[in-house]
Parts: sequence; C-alpha cells; structure tokens
Amino acid sequence: MTVVKTQRLSKKFGEFKALDGVDIEVQEGEVFGFIGPNGAGKSTTLRVLLGILKASEGSAEIFGKDVWKDAVDIHKRVAYVPGDINLWPNLTGGEVIDLFGRLRGGYDKERRDELISRFGLDPSKKCRTYSKGNRQKVALIAAFSADADLYIFDEPTSGLDPLMERVFSEYVHEAKMQGKSILLSSHILSEVEKLCDRVAIIRKGRIIETGTLKEMRHLTGSLMFIETEKPIPDLAELSGVHRVQAFDGGWSFQVDADELDAVVRHLSAFGIKRMESRPPTLEDLFIRHYEETETGAGGGV
Amino acid sequence: MSQLFDHTWSLVRFILRRDRVRLPIWILSFVFVSAGTVLVFDNLYGDDVERQTIAETMENPAMVAMVGPNYGVENYTTGAMTAHEMLVMTAAIVALMNILLVSRHTRGDEEEGRLELVRALPVGQLSSLTAVLLVLTFVNGLLAVLTGVSMAALQIDSVDLHGSLLFGAALGATGLFFAALTAVFAQLSQNARGTTGLSIAALLVFYMIRAIGDVMSEALSLSSPLGWILRAKPFVENLWWPVMLSVGLAIALSILALYLNSIRDHDSGFLPTRSGRTHASAMLRGPFGLAWRLQRTGLIAWAVALFILGVSYGSVLGEIERFFEGIDLFQQLIVEQSGFSLIELFIPVLSSVMAILASIPAIMAMLKVKTEEKNGRMEHVISRSVSRWRVAFSYWLLAALTAITMLFLTGLGLGLLGNAVLEDDLPLGTYIGASFVYLPAVLIMVALALVFIGFLPGFASVIWLYLGLSFFVVYLGEMLQLPDWVEKLTPYGHIPGIPLDEVNYGVLALMVAIAVLLAVAGAYGFRRRDLKT
Repeated sequence: MTVVKTQRLSKKFGEFKALDGVDIEVQEGEVFGFIGPNGAGKSTTLRVLLGILKASEGSAEIFGKDVWKDAVDIHKRVAYVPGDINLWPNLTGGEVIDLFGRLRGGYDKERRDELISRFGLDPSKKCRTYSKGNRQKVALIAAFSADADLYIFDEPTSGLDPLMERVFSEYVHEAKMQGKSILLSSHILSEVEKLCDRVAIIRKGRIIETGTLKEMRHLTGSLMFIETEKPIPDLAELSGVHRVQAFDGGWSFQVDADELDAVVRHLSAFGIKRMESRPPTLEDLFIRHYEETETGAGGGV
Repeated sequence: MSQLFDHTWSLVRFILRRDRVRLPIWILSFVFVSAGTVLVFDNLYGDDVERQTIAETMENPAMVAMVGPNYGVENYTTGAMTAHEMLVMTAAIVALMNILLVSRHTRGDEEEGRLELVRALPVGQLSSLTAVLLVLTFVNGLLAVLTGVSMAALQIDSVDLHGSLLFGAALGATGLFFAALTAVFAQLSQNARGTTGLSIAALLVFYMIRAIGDVMSEALSLSSPLGWILRAKPFVENLWWPVMLSVGLAIALSILALYLNSIRDHDSGFLPTRSGRTHASAMLRGPFGLAWRLQRTGLIAWAVALFILGVSYGSVLGEIERFFEGIDLFQQLIVEQSGFSLIELFIPVLSSVMAILASIPAIMAMLKVKTEEKNGRMEHVISRSVSRWRVAFSYWLLAALTAITMLFLTGLGLGLLGNAVLEDDLPLGTYIGASFVYLPAVLIMVALALVFIGFLPGFASVIWLYLGLSFFVVYLGEMLQLPDWVEKLTPYGHIPGIPLDEVNYGVLALMVAIAVLLAVAGAYGFRRRDLKT
C-alpha cells in the first residue's frame, strides 16, 4: 500500500522554483531515504507533505488524503521531526514532550520515559540550556513516543553523537518491523545506506534518481582498480568505462554493469597483476550524479 | 595580578562602539526630559499661588507614596517642584537603563557565546566586567553632568547650578548603584533572563520600601537607595551625602561583583538552578494552554501595572476636584453646560487613555503567533493534529480575555481609589462601565492584528502605528479641538464616554460584529498561506 504519494509536485517562492515536479512514493513498511545537497528542496518537500507550505502545482497525498486539506486528520497518524529545532526557552524538555504528545492527541507515557532514559535526556532542564543535540532528542522522543503510522524526519541525526545515532537507528528499525513507514532526509549517506530500503536523490527541485540501492548500484556499475604488466593505451575510450584515474601504480575506474564482461575480457590481454572491485557506495552514486549533471556529460545511466 | 585586567581599555572602546547609538539616545532622553520638565513646570505654574496649590495636593499620602515626601513646601519654587515630583521616577528609569545595559553586556554576551570568543583572546579574566563597569561609570557621570548643566542653562531663578548638578548627580549615583547591583546579580544568577529579572525585582522592592517608608517610617525609607537619594533635596537643602552614599556602595558592590566573577565558572552562577517540571501541567495541553504558558509572566505583570495605573489615576481624582474648586469660574462654566460633576467629565478621558494602554497586552498576545512562527516553533504545533483555525482562535481567545481583564482592572483601580479620595462617591459600576465599554474597540484592534498575521505578516507592526495614532487622536483630539471625523478614524473614537454620552448598544454590537468578522477573515488568511520559517 502506498503511504505517501506526490505527483508533479511543484512549489514556487515568488519566481524561484524550489520544487519542480517531484514524484515520490513511499510504501507501507519501508524506510525511504531522501538525499540531496543543501537547498535542493528536501525540507521544502517535507514541509509541503506536512501542510506547512501549500503546493503551487501537482498533488501530494498521505494515506490517500490531501496533505493540505486534510492536514489535521493526517497528522493524527504522523510524527514529524524538523531539521532545525527551536524550542521554547522557558519550557522544560519534559513539558515540551508532553505538550507535543497531547497536541497529537495521545501518547504512551511509559514509552516516553523509556525513550528519555535511552536517549539520556534530562527532562527537567529548560530548553534554553539544551544543545542542538539535546533539542533534537526532545523532538525525537516526542516523535517515537507517538503511536504513528508514518514518521517523517528531516536530518534527524545531524546533532547526535554516534551512540545516540545508534539508538535512533534501533528505533527506526523497530518501527519498520512493526510495519510502519519512515521518510527521512539526510546528508549522512552512510546512515541512509544502512537504514533505507529505497532512496530518492533530489537536485534543484527535481528527483533525478529513485529506487533501491541495489537497482542504483546496478545502473551505476562497479568500481574497479587494476594493475597490469603492459600499459593500457585506450582505457578511457572503452565503452562503459568512466572516471579513469591513475592510482597507486594502476588505474581506478567505474564500469557499467552491462559492459563489465567486455571490459574485463579486453583488459585481460594486458596481463593483470592485481584487480579489485567493490560496489559503489551511496556517496559514489551521489557524487557521480552530481558531476555528470553538473558538467552535462551524461551517459551510462 | 595585572594580567587579570589586560586589554580592559580595548573592551571599553569596543562596548562604546557597539552602543554608539543606544547610549547617546538613553542619555539625551534623560537630559531632555529633565530640562523639559523644568520648562513645562515653569510655564504651566508661573506664579506662586498656583505652585502653592500643587504643593498642597502633594501632601496627599497617595502622592507621597508615588513621588516621595514633600519638602520646601513653604516656598514651592519651580526647582523644588521639579526635584520633588520628578527625582524618584526619573531615578527609577535611570536604574532600569543601567540594569538593561549591564545585563546585556554581561550575561547576555556570555549566554550568546560572544564572551567566550573574547575570553579566548589574550584578554584578562576580569577585563570584560571591569570594562562594563567603567563604561557605565562614564555613562552615569555624563548623564549627571549633562542633566545638571542643561537644567541650569535654562536660566530660571530657582533652578540654580548647584541644585541642578545635585539633581543630575542624584540620578547618576542611583544609576551607578543599580549598575553595580546588577553586576553582582549577574554573577549570582544562571543566565541573562535571571539577571534582569532579579535586578528589576530588586528595583521594584526598593521602590515599594520607599513608598511605604515615606508614608509611615523615615528609617524604612532610608534603607532604600531610592529613599535615601530623595533626602538630597536639590534646590532646597542641597545635601550631597545621599549621592556619596550611593557612589560608595556602588564601588563596594562593584568590588564584590569582580571578586565573585573571578571565582565563578564561565556560563554558570551561584544561585542553584531550580530544576523544572519533568511533566507538563494539566493546563499545558493545547495551543491555548501553550499561548497562556508562554505569556503568563508578561500578562500578570501587565495586569498589575494597569491596575496600578488605574489606582494612580484614581488617587489624583480628589486633587482634580480640589484643584478646580480654586478656579470657580471655570468649574461653573463646565458644570452649567453639561449638568455633570467635574469628576464625571474626567472619567471618560481617563478611561479612553487607559483603554488604549490596556490594548497593548491584548495586541501583544495576538501578535505572539507571528513571533512563534518566525522562530520556527509554530511548525511543531501545526505538524501535529492541530488545525490552523484552532491555533488562530486560541491566541485570539487569549487576547480577548486579556482585553477583558485589563479593562476591568483599570476601571476597578480607578474606582477603588477614586471613591476613597472623593467626597461624593460614584457607583463603582460607573468606573468599570466607563472602562469596559471600550472592549469592542480593543477587540477590533486585536482582530486587525490577526488580519495582518493572516495576510501581511511582514507588516504586522503597523498595528502599533495605528494604536499610536489612536492615542494621539483620542488624547490630544479634545485639547487641540480636532474635527469630529478625525476621532472617528480610530475604533476608540466610536465608543461613548460613560457617564456623559448615551450608550448606543446598536453601535457597540455592530463593532463587536465587525471585530468577529475581521478575526475570522484573519484566521482564514492564516489558514491558506504558507508558514514562514
């Protein structure tokens, strides 16, 4: 079942087109990662989904309902943690967590206390004394103590230490096991790689790639390193080979999956001394996408 | 040891540079107000008989509590009058200036992390606080001299140079005392808010001690810096010991502050932090509870202040009656024309001014929506199952309740003290009714604020201009004999003056209806626009 669905979603701020036809779909029970650089439109998309901003064109639905018109109904089943968290300086963390729970219309108090101890938050301190990470914990505790069907996180771990990041991952995992859906945006690609089932890459308000990591890797192909006895004169000209760089006495390059067989056959003629291959990380995919679209030298994908 | 104060002068120059606009404005305002008061008093009460009448009204305990014990009554010159009526109030505001400046430059900077950057440079441990205290010494000294010289420069016989300088020095010395006191509180409390809060609380307590002391016990009054400074009696006895006492104590307090500063950790204080609630109270369960919780302290302070305003106006009603009794002709003219007593003629004027002041907290309560939105906190509420209609209505409801409470309290204060000092009592309902009848006007102002929030959030402060214009028109309209239609430009101009005018309930009902319509329109605008972040 589709939980979140946007179609040709656009948002203009005056003349500036922040979103330009965004199509994403989040399925029930999956963790969906939303990645892209600053200003690409990640937070704008999430804010439109929450009815904080009104879409200029296109449609956006959560649980099959319109995100703008039925915002209040939808929010009863959604928990959201914004990227930049400002809290009321004269309220304590505990008060804010309770308030958030009540505004949602109910929360689990035992779970609240469990979360507070797991995240190591002192709920009796005023929010003005909290660091960024602690403010983030307040918002995360409020979100996870809600019994929601969809969790939306905007850069959830940017202020957390590695230990707290792990606690966060565990709760995301737990939510997923219970069949809940999670939509998260992040800069931290290793985290997205670990947590997410499917990923969408956004750039200048457009989705430029979407799919499972496996699919994306297949499209991108493998990263190879090769050292040969004889020099390879035409390596960069081979079809399906990209980003050739001299490295440690050999060459590193990227090979498209469908050309892999032909490339390896060709190279074996030069006397292979050493050959390594690894799947591309999300960072490789990400950087490759950006370099290609940036220079306009598309191909391969 | 000398390392403790390294680069103090650089920091002094830095503070002066940062406050190069703020400081001159503060200082010049005091200079103008003090010299201006002398001029106004000299023009208004030119002859001895008039001043003597005022001197007698000043014997009223309510006045003594407000401005201090009467002195120089035998010969109430313009100088004596200015010093007596203005010194303690002006000194209290100078004290407030010092509190705000010191808090800003000590804990304010420390909290924002700016002091940390400075401390990481080769700057002495005590340089920062020393620099703040030096700047404030300079500011208060300059204020004292400029005030004194400008008052004396008016060349009014009774306002001589000696007295003027003493008046200025009394202001400056009180300022310095509170600067040093705030510096001590800045070491004790945990943050800037605590520092300002404690210092203003101390100022209020000192003012109350003086007020009670001046009415009941000289010794009590002398235990307050605002009490002893009044004993300088400029232009009459010209005593300098109160100034010396304030300056001496300021030095002692400064040394204490520096000592505490040297043994304190960065970003901490000596007063224990109360740990807050682990759970939210039952009240904090929706947008209304949140709106109230966020503004509670401010609204209570406004309620107290407006009640005191009502009481102060009430306390002078008796004097108004007596004052005009002296001018028989004038009184007869008015009374014959209207068939109302003088006091009844005055109540609508006072009520209109108080109603405009009472609008301030109500409008502020409504505009809080904008602050919340701007600081990115509205997002937390809207992203949960709370509709924007409910948010707008909650803040509107708080604003409306604020308006009701504030109007009620001003009327009550006016009536309670008015009847205490008047010979012929009026029913309390008349006073409260005169205030309360302004509710539709205040509701329209609140609704207009909501319309701005809904459609032009960037221009919401225009509502303050409109309120200022209303004040101008209502307050000065009568004096300047402005044409009727000018008064009708503001909602306050459509409200009948009780007990003079006949109350047209149709008009009032129509105004309430307009207010409701505007509020709904504003909420609709808030519903359909993007949230600004």
